[in-house]
Amino acid sequence: MTIGLIPLAILMFAVTYPSRALGLLAPGLDRLPRRAFDYLQLVGPAVLAALAAVNVMVAPDDAGAPHLHIGIEWVAVIACLAVVAWRRNLLLGLLTAVAIVVVARGLGLAAIPV
Amino acid sequence: MALAESRRRLLIEALGIAVSAIGFGFVYGLSARQAGFSPIDAVAMSVIVFGGAAQFAAVGYVAGGLAWPGVVLLTALLNARHLLYSVALAPWLQDVPRPRRAIMAHLLTDEAFAISIGHFRRLGRADERGYWIAAIASTFIPWNLATLAGVLVGGSIPEPSRFGIDIIFPAAMIGLAAGLLTGRREIVAAIVGAGVGVGVALFVSPAIGIVAGGLVGPAVGLLVPTTVAHETAPLGTPSSAARYAMPGAHFDRESGDREAGGREPGEREPGEREPGER
Repeated sequence: MTIGLIPLAILMFAVTYPSRALGLLAPGLDRLPRRAFDYLQLVGPAVLAALAAVNVMVAPDDAGAPHLHIGIEWVAVIACLAVVAWRRNLLLGLLTAVAIVVVARGLGLAAIPV
Repeated sequence: MALAESRRRLLIEALGIAVSAIGFGFVYGLSARQAGFSPIDAVAMSVIVFGGAAQFAAVGYVAGGLAWPGVVLLTALLNARHLLYSVALAPWLQDVPRPRRAIMAHLLTDEAFAISIGHFRRLGRADERGYWIAAIASTFIPWNLATLAGVLVGGSIPEPSRFGIDIIFPAAMIGLAAGLLTGRREIVAAIVGAGVGVGVALFVSPAIGIVAGGLVGPAVGLLVPTTVAHETAPLGTPSSAARYAMPGAHFDRESGDREAGGREPGEREPGEREPGER
């Protein structure tokens, strides 16, 4: 059993903890420019959306170069987005996405990634 | 609102979040296992980092071979929003001894913030025990136990793609993003982030695409004028909480007598007194 990723976890902690602690431990931080807070506010949606989009829309071709991937994964992710926006329930959204992919692959309508 | 009554509501909210944390933590454990994490690696990350979205991102990038500096940069970007939470909670928790505030900070998640600040606002003051309930019972313990269960069970699942496990990561990312879309700026930032991310990923590399999307999306989002009251409210006020809390977390669905970001009867700012109260 490896523990090779524990240093990575510590590094991730090192960049996460300050953002959690600064406001609680450093008085006056709320006087930072409003623009800075507004930017931080928008980072989460942008990064998460970029992660999802790149993950389902970009895949390596036979030579390993990135190319546009079109597949059932798009439908599953959009369905998850719709369910979460509608029901405010992430688990339900995940189950919907998984169900779509499982059914499509089970029926042979979509390829199983290798 | 009385302490007992507010704590009762806090516990109900915490229970719902715990159920969600169990499911999500289990899925994280499964994904981590598929990406080659050992059980110790996966659980250590849940204990030490304790950040769901960033942990899922790390799973995807470790699996994709992204260098650690890239993973750390993305983690910093993803978790920067916690600064908003800590700044908003600071006025409430200023009387808590500094060492305990330092521990509280590690446990500050989207969920802990959402239910604890709702609890404080109902009371009109901080309740330290309420914060610990919100942070530990609702999220920390369920998340870590579920991670362990997921990573242990994950190894016994043959051909995981057949079961759609590969879709869990992007679906979780977009689901978490949906939870943060509280205004037009957030929507624009998300769309631009995704578009720039894919564009750069196709022409440069997926890793750089993610970083580019995460940096450019917010910059474009800032160009969208704010018009809704809760988008223009000063930071730390109840109205501003709706901008960065989990949507719906502060809305009383039973009575329906309150708009998102508005105040409930008796709800107060930190230090605010009743009329005539000295």
